[in-house]
Amino acid sequence: MAGPATRGLLATALPLIGKRIASGMLTLLLVSLVVFFIAQLLPGDAAQEMLGQAATADAVAALREKFGLDRPAPERYVRWLVGMLTGDPGYSLVANMAVSDVIAARLPNSLLLAALSAMVSVPVALTIGILSAMHRDARLDRGLNVATLSMVALPEFLVATLAVLVLSVQLRWLPSIALIPPDASPWLVLRSLAMPILTLSVIVIAQMARMTRAAIIQQLSQPYVEMALLKGIKPARVVLTHVLPNAIGPIVNAMALSLSYLLGGAIIVETIFNYPGLASLMVNAVTSRDMPLLQACAMIFCTAYLLLVLIADTVAILANPRLRNR
Amino acid sequence: MRLSRRQMLGTGLAAGMMGLLPRLASAQPRRGGHVTAACMSSSTADTLDPAKGALSTDYCRHAMFYNGLTDYDDNAQPRLSLAESLNSSDQMIWRVVVRDDVKFHDGSKLTADDVVFSLLRLQDPASGSKVKPIASQMASVRAVSPRDVEIVLTSPNVDLPSILAQSHFYIIKAGTTNFSTANGTGPFRCQTFQPGVRTLGVRNEDYFRDGRPYLDSLELIGIPDEVARVNALLSGDVQMILAINPRSTRRIRESGTHELLVTPSGLYTNLIMRRDAIPTSSPDFVLGMKYLFDRDLIKRALFRDYATIGNDHPIPPFDPLYRADIPQRTLDLDRARYHFARADLPSTPLPLYCSPAAEGSVDMASVLQEYGSKVGLKLAVNRMPADGYWSTHWMKHPLGFGNTNPRPTADLIFSLFYKSTAAWNESGWKNERFDRLLLEARAQGDFALRKEIYGEMQEIVATECGTAIPVFITLIDGFDKRVKGLRPIPLGGFMGYKFPEHVWWEG
Repeated sequence: MAGPATRGLLATALPLIGKRIASGMLTLLLVSLVVFFIAQLLPGDAAQEMLGQAATADAVAALREKFGLDRPAPERYVRWLVGMLTGDPGYSLVANMAVSDVIAARLPNSLLLAALSAMVSVPVALTIGILSAMHRDARLDRGLNVATLSMVALPEFLVATLAVLVLSVQLRWLPSIALIPPDASPWLVLRSLAMPILTLSVIVIAQMARMTRAAIIQQLSQPYVEMALLKGIKPARVVLTHVLPNAIGPIVNAMALSLSYLLGGAIIVETIFNYPGLASLMVNAVTSRDMPLLQACAMIFCTAYLLLVLIADTVAILANPRLRNR
Repeated sequence: MRLSRRQMLGTGLAAGMMGLLPRLASAQPRRGGHVTAACMSSSTADTLDPAKGALSTDYCRHAMFYNGLTDYDDNAQPRLSLAESLNSSDQMIWRVVVRDDVKFHDGSKLTADDVVFSLLRLQDPASGSKVKPIASQMASVRAVSPRDVEIVLTSPNVDLPSILAQSHFYIIKAGTTNFSTANGTGPFRCQTFQPGVRTLGVRNEDYFRDGRPYLDSLELIGIPDEVARVNALLSGDVQMILAINPRSTRRIRESGTHELLVTPSGLYTNLIMRRDAIPTSSPDFVLGMKYLFDRDLIKRALFRDYATIGNDHPIPPFDPLYRADIPQRTLDLDRARYHFARADLPSTPLPLYCSPAAEGSVDMASVLQEYGSKVGLKLAVNRMPADGYWSTHWMKHPLGFGNTNPRPTADLIFSLFYKSTAAWNESGWKNERFDRLLLEARAQGDFALRKEIYGEMQEIVATECGTAIPVFITLIDGFDKRVKGLRPIPLGGFMGYKFPEHVWWEG
């Protein structure tokens, strides 16, 4: 692309992206407010949950004072917000260490699992989607349709449980729990993560493949495709060089949604495989009413989601010929 | 009460070791190997602070790294551990001499100061101590000499040796405030502790019990999902799992490579009838409910026979203090109908609160509802989520379920849950005679006389207290047959959570 064209493109895209970022920040703020005040509605607080059945009035009161839970809720929220803006997510009440340390131990795990699952599922999903769009209504398409539909319909706990029963309990090929020792070799990491990746991929591939198929089919009915075909270009080339760039917007959007699920929606997979990720950490934070930790997790998930959507939008804007040529 | 090493050896009543010699003769403990054990919970609330221990993983973890002044033998009776002797002539002023050959993991020697520090902090509510009500009966704890500690109680209690064996009373280094790692005297040194993920301990070569621990290393994880836990065991990823459902027992037995550790325990789920609400305050209502429990059905259908039938008081039949001659209460619809007729039942359905937090209570509630409909009692079953159940629902409704873990002594159960002034006096009942007997038994050194007193207390609770205890739940764990040395201790799964120094690996 030549210099002026790029500049023109950026000139149109940048304000749009800037607006997205601004609205993203506002969303984050609202999410933090909602999470904080909804969590207040949960029965009990960190002091009570920590003492559990053993909670007596004076013990609860003493812990509350120690945690600062005796302060009014708005004050606690503002304190947390100020801390967050100055880069300090606070101190986990329950884990008894800085929230940033707790998260630092878990976030890489979640990112690793999400990245590996994405590396598996994106190419597979694209291939399936393109193939079935190109052979629309043919036997291959129908076969793939049945496959993806049933994959979408399968709940992940079933996929995971079946995988464990067959691959680890019966065949003993793969470990049934994904607990990776710190000094594990890459091979062991892959082996431990194989089933979680498989489970997550099953769900994500099906979703992405179906969206890809729909987006490409929609483009295939456009006049320019007909023109290209009439000019004698091979269908495969038409799809890869003409259709795909035009369909990239919706496809990337679908991927962004699926990938954000990989990070946050993996709770069932994390539970079944006992994988120490961020989603189970957040569930922990909810059950133990550990507000600083809960808020931090919510912020991370929300930020990741907004970032992915922002990237998808940006790609869609940049890939949109109408926008590009304006 | 007097416990000393010489006495234990002399009488041969150190049941834990001596009684087992014939069985152990064929299987000598072997050193080496690594075992991974999975408990049922693990979260950021995991802690290395004995005072805060709340769940099974905590109890096991603490048994890896710490010791108490005393310990439990196989019959859940106290024996000496870090203490060389523990004496009292009046059950009120106790003299503890700590062993001379014990070192903390950092190399420092165990002293009386460590004991004083460890015990006194349990009384500080800001420590998050789970046993503050129990620890508060220590009026003073002071070091008399570098190895002597004097504990003065607020009133005589013959059970102090038993209380001190609980994991919350484990001894930590004086002045410890940071629990990111453990500095204890226990059989393993803490190598890795990641809350909610894993705990790894390696053998403490300086451990004061010769030859122990047997394992080179021991890893502890939590797998909250029961099915996943059983799968992890059967696939060989872990070698021991805590707390399995009776439904999984067949799968484990049929594997041929795995076995069950079955522990009859004092764990119970009880129906609570509050004295401060209508109609549950009526003694007739209470009796009616007690006759409404089909205990055989609950034992057979809900727990697949992994349970012991209870008689509405908290002492299980296998406890030496159990009074056998109180008639066993059974399902009796006629009597229930008679009592309900006198209890002036409301016309609207009476809400009954249950939750997965109190094991088996949801099913028990349905059974009660069914039988209630036959005798004119309308119950509305309210199933509450486990999350927040203890803080929001437990003891807060006229009719609801509770769940109580095994406690090492009758005195602890009675004083924590049945004494008039107890914080967890579940039904809010008051009985002066009961309270008086409780103090009397505590001060009574003679076992036969104490058994008599506790017998009367069992009868009082069974007839008058607003609590119905249909069964005691048997604990079931699973393990790889190559894990040796496991024996049931009726205080909890995994040998009352104290397995770390007892097991060895024969692989």
